[in-house]
Amino acid sequence: MAAEVVILGGGVGGTIVANLVAKKSSSGKAHVTVVDATGTHVYQPGFLYVAVGKEQPSSLQRDETSLLRNDVTLVVDRAVRVDPVARTVQLESGRTLRYDQLLLATGSRTVMDEVPGAKDVHDFYTMEGAIRLFEALKGFEGGIIVIGVAGIPYKCPPAPVEFAFLLDDYLRARGIREKAQIKLLSPLNRAFTIEATSKLVQPILAERGIELTGFFNVESVDPVAKTVSSLEGETMDYDLLVLVPPHRGQKVIELSVLGDERGWVPVDKNTLKHTTFEHIWAVGDTTNIPISKSGSVAHYEASVAADAILAEVKGEAPPKHTYDGKVMCFLETGQGEATTIQFDYDHPPVSPTPARRWHWAKALFNKTYWHTVPQGRLP
Amino acid sequence: MSITIAKSLDLKGLSCPLPIIKTAKAMKELAPGELLEAFATDPGSVPDFKAWAQSTGNPLVESSQEGAVFHFVLKKKEI
Repeated sequence: MAAEVVILGGGVGGTIVANLVAKKSSSGKAHVTVVDATGTHVYQPGFLYVAVGKEQPSSLQRDETSLLRNDVTLVVDRAVRVDPVARTVQLESGRTLRYDQLLLATGSRTVMDEVPGAKDVHDFYTMEGAIRLFEALKGFEGGIIVIGVAGIPYKCPPAPVEFAFLLDDYLRARGIREKAQIKLLSPLNRAFTIEATSKLVQPILAERGIELTGFFNVESVDPVAKTVSSLEGETMDYDLLVLVPPHRGQKVIELSVLGDERGWVPVDKNTLKHTTFEHIWAVGDTTNIPISKSGSVAHYEASVAADAILAEVKGEAPPKHTYDGKVMCFLETGQGEATTIQFDYDHPPVSPTPARRWHWAKALFNKTYWHTVPQGRLP
Repeated sequence: MSITIAKSLDLKGLSCPLPIIKTAKAMKELAPGELLEAFATDPGSVPDFKAWAQSTGNPLVESSQEGAVFHFVLKKKEI
């Protein structure tokens, strides 16, 4: 009988693992089921561009079935509880799936309501948020735009810096840049966690007139007075506030007690195997690994998780190939230029001087994503 | 002279910038003059704690290392 491999989540990590396991399992050894709440695959790195009107929401979404191999079963339903002892997954519809191997690829969710007063502030971390933010920007005629971080960890660490640059471009193109102040608030005393990259982008921020305020960890918002306050005790005025919302793991993880107090799943940082339960793996944002939450991490982890699951299915020894902490991000610096950030557990981050070719590489990757990444065609 | 630590934080295994954020949150709960100690393993936390202390005016009264663990003591500033 075929081993039942159940994958929760049809995002980057879940989709690649599903396709790789189905492809590599010799015929009949494994049957792969992907459970996804919407059945729609969303390319989240595009939200940033939707927020400044450079991308259409429709071009960031495809039916998950179009990205999965024919021999993978897609169940459009919401997983509500996992029983790691009985090895079952209970779905919202009332259906129960039995598994031999389980991959948690449920990602993260944003919880802006954890920030007092921030219910109606803007963000670009959901499709709805990005669309609403662009609507607000279209009506913006001048004033102070504040960009801040309201919780760590969050997806795509360079995103607030990129948004500041793309916002600067947008306001210049509309001819109202001189009527606006852009203020970027950082959790640390530099633009970005990574020092080398901060050194590269800070002079560009200054050149574009983007004001950087360090050690401003957003704690609360007063939407009536239009002020944002920090854990450090500072308060700042705004006309338009854009916050990176706090993130948590999905409810199914929290309800099933498979994760920590924020719903992040504890896994071995190399094998991606659950630290407590057998037959459970996790990839991408879902894990508690202290590394960037980004599509690239899910992408690089996917082949490791797929090989580990296949080895269990076939009764073989765990594969030698493990996750080395590889992260690769693009960082838009505006005016048609970008840089990249690459590192792993053993190698510190490096970033080349911003150039046009990195902007084009990012644009090309965003377009070709649909035909390469979900299928596991890119290593 | 004995030093009383009002709060102790275990930040080992956390990576930048989480140690600073958890510390900033904990410091908010302290009364002026009270001490907070933190243990971290991220080497970046050494310059970050120093810079955070300078920027916020909460003195860093100790920054030491034992093996792979960094130990910091911060004093909540007087208002």
